[in-house]
Parts: sequence; structure tokens; C-alpha cells
Amino acid sequence: MVQQISWKVGGQQGEGIESTGEIFAKTLNRLGYHLYGYRHFSSRIKGGHTNNNIRISTTPVQALADQVDILVAFDQETIDFCRHELRPGAVIIAEASINPHLPAESGIVLCALPMATLAAEAGSAQMKNMVALGASLTLLGIESESCQEVVAEIFAVKGDEVVRSNLTALQRGVTALRALYPQERPDLQLAAGDKNRRLFMIGNETIALGALAGGCRFMSAYPITPASDIMEYLTNKLPQFGGVMVQTEDEIAACTMAIGANHAGVRAITASSGPGLSLMIEAIGLAGMTETPLVVIDVQRAGPSTGMPTKEEQSDLLAMIYGTHGEIPKIVIAPDSAEASFYDTIEALNLAEEYQCPVIVLSDLQLSLAQTTIDGLDDQQITIRRGKLDLQPQLPEQSEPVPCKRFLLTDDGISPRYLPGVRNGVFHVTGLEHDELGRPAEAAANRRAQMEKRLRKLDGLLFADPVRVDQRHATPDLLLVGWNATGGAIAEARERLEADGLSVNCAQVRLLHPFPTAAITPLMAAAKQVVVIEQNATGQLAQLLRMNAGSAEKIVSLRKYDGNPFKPGEIHARISEVLHGHS
Amino acid sequence: MATAKDFQNLVKPNWCPGCGDYGVQTAIQRAFAASGKEPHEFIFISGIGCSGRMSGYLHTNGFHGIHGRALPLAQGMKLANRSLTVVAAGGDGDGFAIGAGHTLHALRRNIDMTYIVMDNHIYGLTKGQASPHSDLGFKTKTTPNGVIESPLSVLQLALAAGATFVAQSFSKNLAELTALIEAGIRHQGFAFINVMSPCVTYNKVNTYEWFSQHLVSLASIDGYDPTNKGQALATLVAHDDLVTGLVYQDGKKKSYQELLYGYSAAPLVAADLHLAPEQFAELLAGFG
Repeated sequence: MVQQISWKVGGQQGEGIESTGEIFAKTLNRLGYHLYGYRHFSSRIKGGHTNNNIRISTTPVQALADQVDILVAFDQETIDFCRHELRPGAVIIAEASINPHLPAESGIVLCALPMATLAAEAGSAQMKNMVALGASLTLLGIESESCQEVVAEIFAVKGDEVVRSNLTALQRGVTALRALYPQERPDLQLAAGDKNRRLFMIGNETIALGALAGGCRFMSAYPITPASDIMEYLTNKLPQFGGVMVQTEDEIAACTMAIGANHAGVRAITASSGPGLSLMIEAIGLAGMTETPLVVIDVQRAGPSTGMPTKEEQSDLLAMIYGTHGEIPKIVIAPDSAEASFYDTIEALNLAEEYQCPVIVLSDLQLSLAQTTIDGLDDQQITIRRGKLDLQPQLPEQSEPVPCKRFLLTDDGISPRYLPGVRNGVFHVTGLEHDELGRPAEAAANRRAQMEKRLRKLDGLLFADPVRVDQRHATPDLLLVGWNATGGAIAEARERLEADGLSVNCAQVRLLHPFPTAAITPLMAAAKQVVVIEQNATGQLAQLLRMNAGSAEKIVSLRKYDGNPFKPGEIHARISEVLHGHS
Repeated sequence: MATAKDFQNLVKPNWCPGCGDYGVQTAIQRAFAASGKEPHEFIFISGIGCSGRMSGYLHTNGFHGIHGRALPLAQGMKLANRSLTVVAAGGDGDGFAIGAGHTLHALRRNIDMTYIVMDNHIYGLTKGQASPHSDLGFKTKTTPNGVIESPLSVLQLALAAGATFVAQSFSKNLAELTALIEAGIRHQGFAFINVMSPCVTYNKVNTYEWFSQHLVSLASIDGYDPTNKGQALATLVAHDDLVTGLVYQDGKKKSYQELLYGYSAAPLVAADLHLAPEQFAELLAGFG
């Protein structure tokens, strides 16, 4: 019996690879396993290799496994592409009709099953994925009954006949696998799950749900990989709450429309990826200057330019912090799990209104698209805080045609706010430097006063858990620092480093701007060495740490920018290499 | 009831003496008063350029944004609070160059708001460069040998984009302009009003006299029917867009807000931001 298995299915895009993974994962979720699913795909609609990797575990998982145990291959390309990831003794369930082959002495077991033929006998060759599922579950020692319920539910809308033939195909897979490969494989037999059915969500869904739960009632966006799920989810859900998602002509319109909606008083967001964010930068500056709340989600993908749209990267960090011309107050946060993405999106909406400034929520492709089991999301934890917004102000009569002081100088830099449309509340805002009345003004003293007012707003910023620390040692050999999706792989690498005899602490930075210097400086000071692990080529977080947290001489930057997420073994090996090199 | 004076804020505009924008300012104040609404019920969104300063010269709510983006800002505001009367304005550079994409899509989206373009065929605030509405051969600082790019036929463009209200006027024709702005505000959809507003400093060709000589009033054309799109297009082609009056109005097409599925009848700003526990549970059930 084993506690975890890594399963992968691969074939051509448009061949049902996604739905195969979906039915498999749903089945396992109902049995109470923790899951981590990650898709490899390309920027095209049909054709091209795609695969879906699902890691199944009896304990929580937040990273890809180093190696794959079972591979379902519908074509030879899948075998060739994924072979190097398979562990010795791994099993490939391959479509027999493609005459699958492996190099001799590969140490991998090849089970050629006539999946298309068996499916055709059950009704249609298209159901070859059901045959594959039956075979896969059998290898894992899981009764196919558990899958039958899921199949029945999914195909119910297509009628009894479709359900029946899919169930037949599933059973053919079970029987065929047993006949072809009767050996019991204890190293593939999964220990039982805890029977708790969990939420199974991608990060983009937790972000979108967080927006809805956090009071967002307006979204404007332009489609882009890997952020479109957010607008698609909210397109369907916002109307249930009277709200609207507008698909705009471009990202500039998306961002400015969201600013307009926020200015009028609706909680509004936009979401995009690097190329879209580049277009939004001027508008984000406008939100800063006019002190308009704004939440922008940036799901990072591999850049620069169009880069690799379907690949992982964390390379927008410095652009998001420093991208705007001029200097504005801005908050940049980076949730470190799908679950955190839910709560952090709600918090972003609160912070935007409390501090009357733009808030950028950074995610990355892995965090936003990996599908993970989540124990639950708690609406009791949700608070809606709107700061100094007064929804029913009692204002003195405007006897003179002078606007209200929208930019009143205050000690904390945050001015009273009410919405346009209130009697006696006429006010004006502008992206030009302005006085308290919101009128263009260039006098030096006023300029200093308004700049200082805006910039001191974040002096009192309160953000819970700016750094998520897992501290086992007072003075560790190593502090591993990451952000966004890398936390799971880092945590697993840490256990292996500890097994090697090292003392290791971990920290995921969640507030990137203003930088949480006070939270991270002591952690770095206490460690002998600090390894900063991130998915970019120039070590952007490492640069921020050098600027803000001292201990620069201790920092080792570990970078990856080939488009693929870090795996635990890779982090372990590369840190060991660094330490060996230094000793 | 508010009068035009109630929309004045006594700020001295930084426009040149004689600028066409003064006339537009007066017409806006009169039309706002004629609409029967109070200053706080309006929000005026402007772009960048001389015309963009307009929001600061009216006593209403104002948002002076960034170059070319008045329309998306305004559309966001209208969707957020449908009880606001939303009017956006800018110049021909703002609306037909840097913001041309937004203009096209705002026209076809048909959100209930009004868009006024102060069109002087030149970039004034940056001191005299060609605009997308500059005539062929027009010599400016950036076209010393004359403009070689065709001027946009903005009214024809608006019709092609699916506009439901298209009008053109001249800043000197105060009565007509005021009436058109008021009609635009009353129109249930996106109202586009292009206003010839001469730049007295940098455009020595398209002057008050030039516009007076070249603009033809649609009212003077026998049998002109502003609900007939074919006739409107033919007339625009025949007169090279140099007409004034209501060019076209489609009173039948519903506005974007009316067509939106599930969109709140009450202003969205009044929506409850909290989800009921059963609503949240139902949303979670989608992720089993």
C-alpha cells in the first residue's frame, strides 16, 4: 500500500483528455483523497499534445510529484513526451492500435490495451477514456463502483443509453486490465481515503468566488490565458446578484471601466495576465491619483511579450510594483494557495476601499489553473469593510458652486468619501495634480501636501499574515523563501533537506508591496543562509529582499524560467548542489 | 428647478479667447438645466486636451480621466449607478485617435449616456499637430507638407458602428446645440454629438467663417428623415459629413442596460454586498 500516486493521461488536444481527468478526479475526491491536478496544454484549440497530471494522496498536497506512477497514453507522442517523468516500475496503459513502443531496458511496464476497440464494442470508440479509467482504477486497487456514480451523474443529461454504454466501457477497462496484467502491485495500491468529499477547485475559481463573496458586483475584462476563467465564472454568477460582467474591447477599457464603476460606488474588478496588465498600467496610475478603489487580478504567465501563454512564470512582480509612471500608493498581494486566493481576493476588495487605492492581486498560472482539493471555504470569516465611505452623508447645502473636498488633507492621508449622486455632494476628481477640491493645481506647497497625503495612506496598512512562516528552528541552517504557487514544492523539499540533517524554515511572502520588512528581516537574520526560490530568470523577489530586508550576503537565488513548475525533488537537488558547492 | 446658472462654477477656463469650447460649455449648462435634473444627478467625464478641461468648468460631479479613456470610465459609472445622468466629452484626438477603439465599441454597445466631441480638426493643447479629422493637405507642425492620411468620416463611422443617436452641430449654433444635447440626454441609449468647435490659435483654415460657409443644416434639406439610415448615410456622403442637426436616431433599439440579463433594476451601487449563507452554500455546491 502507498499513500500517494501520480497519474497522468495524455493525448491530442480535443481528444477528451480533460474530461478523462475530470471524471477520474471526481471519483477520487468522493473517496476522500487529496488531489493536485495540473494540465499541460498549448495555445491551440485542437491537436497538439496535452496531458493532465493528477496527484492523489491520503494527506494534503500542493505540488506536482517528481515522478509519474501511471501514464495513460492515447498516442505514441504522449509516451515519448512523458517517458522521462516515469519512475522505474511505472505502468503505461497505452492504446494498442498505435503499436506503442518503449526503448528496451526502460524498466517501465507497457500495457497495450485495445481501448478504442473495447469502447467501440460498448457503443462508441469515443468512450476509450472510460476504458482507460476502468483500467487505471483497477491498477490502484479501487473498485470501479465508486466511479459508476460519477459517470451516471455526468452523463445523466444525455440519457440512460449513454450512461449504460459508458458504464459498460468502464467495466471493459477493468476486465481487460486484469486479463492483461493480473499481477498485484502493492506499490500502486492506494491506501484508503478518508471518505470526506472536498471542494475541488482551480485558483481562478477561488479568486472569482472570493470576488463574489467579497461584494464585487461588476467586472470588466478582456479574454486572455490563463485568466479567462475568472470572467467566465462571473459572467454566469454576477447576474444572480444583479451584477454584470462586461467583455470590453481591450484591457485599457477593462481597467478604466472598472475604475468608473468603482468611482460610482460598486465594488469592481478586472483580471488579466501580463500582456493585459502592461496595457492597464496607465489606468492603474489614474486610480492611484484619483484615489479610486480598484482591484486588478494578474494571473502571471511566461513572458516577455506574448511569451508562452500556457506556461508557468512569476515574472511580473517588479513590473506590478514599479510599473506606473510617477509615484502612487499601491498594494500588491500574492496569495500562496487556492484557498488563500479566496480570502485574499475578499481582503483586496476591502483594502482597496479602506485605503482608496489600487490593489493588485498576483497569481501565477500554476496557482490559478492547478486544481486542488480544499477542505472548505468559510463564509463566516468574511467581512466587508468599506473604510471612510459614507453611504448616507448629511451634507450642508452647497450655497456656492464649489465642489466638496474629496481630497481633504487628513492625518492618515485618507479622505472622507461618498458617492457621486448625493444632494449637496457635487465633487470633482482629476488625474492632474489637484487641490483638496479636486481642481487642477500646480502650486509647490499644494503639490507637496497632496503627494505626502497620498503616500502616507499606506503607512498604517494592516495586512494579516504578510509572510506565511513555517518556523521549526530559532537559528536554522536555511530559510527557504518563495511566493505564489511554489509553497507546496518548497515544503516538500524542506522535509528532504531536514532528512539530510539540515535545519530549515520556510516563508512564503504574501504581501509584496509595501514590502513587509519588519516581518521578514528577523527571519533572514536568524538563518545562516537564505534561498529564494522563484519562477523567473532575474530573481525578482531576491532583488526585493536585498533592497528591503538586509542580510543580502546570505541570499542565494534559485530560479526557473523554462515554463514548468518547480517540483520538490528539483528544489532539493539544486539546494544540495549549492550547499555542496559552497562547502 | 435648476437653471443654467446652477451648472456654472465660476472657474475661469484656461481656453484661448474666442475658443469654440466656450459655446459648448454654455450649451451644456443650458441643456442640463432644460433636462430638469439637478447638478448632483449628473456626472461629467472628460478626456485630455483643451476640451478635457470641461469637467472642471461645470458645477456637476466630474471625472477628468486619462487621454482617450473618457468613454470606458463613463460606461463603468453608468452601469454602476443607472440613476446618474452620464455625459462624456473630449476632443477629436481623444475620441478618434487614441480613443477610437472605445468610441466604436461604445457606439455599438449602446449604454444610455451622451458623448460630446469638441472637434477642431487639430491638436490644440500640444500646440498644433494634425488630428484624425484634419483635412487632406492641411499643414501642421507634424504635417509640414500637408496631411496625406484621409480624415475620418466620423458620422458615417458612427452609423456603421450601429449608433442609435448621431448628431452634429457647431459651437456657434447655441440653440441647435443645446437642443441636440438635451435630446441626447433624453435618448434611451448612446447619444453621439459631434460639435465643430474651432481652434482660433492653431487652425487658421477651419475657422468660424469656414464652418459657417461649409456646414449645411439638415433642417434645410427637404424631406430629410433622421430615422432613415440609408438616407442619412447618403446625405453624409453627399455633403462630406459637413451637416448640422440630428443625423440619425433609432428609438426602437433597446439600450445595453435593458438587454442585460439579470441586471439590477435598482442602481447597482445599492446592491447588498453580503451573500446569504444559503447562497454561498449553493455556490460551493458547484465545486464538488
